[in-house]
Amino acid sequence: MPREGRGFDLTGSRIRERRLHLGMKQADLARAAGISASYLNLIEHNRRRIGGKLLLSLAAALGVEPSALSEGAEAALLAGLRQAAASVPQAGAELERIEEFSGRFPGWAGVVSAQGRRLAALERSVEALSDRMSHDPHLAASLHEVLSTVTAIHAAAGILVAETALEPEWRDRFHRNIAEDSARLAEGARRLVAELEDEEAQAADLATPEDEVEAWLAAHEHHFPALEAGGSVDALLEGETRLGTDTARRLARRLLERYAGDAALLPADRLAAALPKGPLDPGALAVRFGLDPARMMRRLAALPRAAWEEVGQPVPGLVACDASGTLTFRKPLERFALPRFGAACPLWPLFQALSRPMMPLASVVRLAGRSDRVFRIHAIAQPFGPPVPNREPMFEAHMLFQPAPGIEAAATLPRIGITCRICPKPACRGRRDPSILAEVP
Amino acid sequence: MGKSVLVIEDEPNISEAIGFILSRDGWRVATHANGVDAVEAVQARKPDLVILDVMLPGRSGYDILRDLRADAATGALPVLILTARGQARERRLASEAGASHFMTKPFSNAEVLEAVNALIGA
Repeated sequence: MPREGRGFDLTGSRIRERRLHLGMKQADLARAAGISASYLNLIEHNRRRIGGKLLLSLAAALGVEPSALSEGAEAALLAGLRQAAASVPQAGAELERIEEFSGRFPGWAGVVSAQGRRLAALERSVEALSDRMSHDPHLAASLHEVLSTVTAIHAAAGILVAETALEPEWRDRFHRNIAEDSARLAEGARRLVAELEDEEAQAADLATPEDEVEAWLAAHEHHFPALEAGGSVDALLEGETRLGTDTARRLARRLLERYAGDAALLPADRLAAALPKGPLDPGALAVRFGLDPARMMRRLAALPRAAWEEVGQPVPGLVACDASGTLTFRKPLERFALPRFGAACPLWPLFQALSRPMMPLASVVRLAGRSDRVFRIHAIAQPFGPPVPNREPMFEAHMLFQPAPGIEAAATLPRIGITCRICPKPACRGRRDPSILAEVP
Repeated sequence: MGKSVLVIEDEPNISEAIGFILSRDGWRVATHANGVDAVEAVQARKPDLVILDVMLPGRSGYDILRDLRADAATGALPVLILTARGQARERRLASEAGASHFMTKPFSNAEVLEAVNALIGA
């Protein structure tokens, strides 16, 4: 530790920094403080410790408080830097010059230290997550229990079927075993489902900002009376405690600002009064109110549940995407989920619309599932943002989907899915990933 | 018909069913339900073949298998491992511990018969 004394006292470096900052010559400062230039040079290179009267006169000549020269960098900052350096030993951080670094670049040192802390926190949560996924002891125990009972039932049932000349005692015995094991299986399966649901609930705590915003919109049923009445987005977000992260608030703000712009052109109550009892035609409604079709779809998706009940129509869902196909707005329905991770079904009219800009598409489709449900779909791709001469516009597509319980799921209706992994549609031309569901022959 | 098998499995209904189909196939069947003294049970009974569950109360099937392999008397004994996990990792563990054959639950009776007879070359 020969250099430790110097390492912890960089008063000289601060004097030099300050002098250079003022554009003062070493000789001038030395003269003002009543010492020789060579002595000052030793001080400035931290080779002489100073204090008392000399420190006071140097501080006065440099126009700073003496403490600004003598006080070391904050211990917490140094500790943070040491930790950050220790986590990346191969980088070879110059630990012996740590105080010089934090003294000369306090801002950068703060960034390094804060990033070190954040990385450590992230590493901890990644560890916790992967640990839960791969080593959940309850889940493993429940699975084991289920597989054991299935094995026992399978073996006993196999004997009952294969052994035609089975003695009655044995037959009764295996029947009893099957009855016992099937009761255990039922119990085990129930527990397994409960644990998986629990897991899902836990996962909700670690949701992404996008999930957070989506849950928040769903809690409001995508309807904001304050904005319909001309209230400000700021005021609405002000009192909102459910959006925890800054990113979530930023995402919500963008959506709400668009909502407010839409609502200013056509408040929900005016549109609600014009809802037809028969099939919805967003294009015709758009013309009637002088809006573009995409905006009309957003307005329809923002109507309160009561407005739809009034005219006896199911509540519609809405999804929008940008030109890359990334979903940028989602109002899912219970019967028409929107994929959380990974891409959606390429057969959606939403994506067809992107290749036919400005062309309103309307169709009736079946949603591939255990029992196909029928939906009426309207989609359109429109440019968004202000038109700029000689610049290609950016397109975004909207798709409104509304359950059509009155229409039978005839085989002639086109069949679309949610996303490949959970879609049972056989021999699909749009398939990207294999399905985890058994293919329907 | 001198073939004998020791079924080390804690699930009584599974060992009962396996025991039944093996005895119908002409095996002398003994069962053992815990891991703690499983190695002693094998040494005492000297079976021609062992069917060994991985998840046993008291001791892991892999630990038992390693002990059997370390003992000259049981080092070459055919051991059929039963497990509820079928991943590649599990298979590797089983083969490193010295398993002669590996079977994932649930299995069919025919698979068990086929495997045990193949193991003793019957």
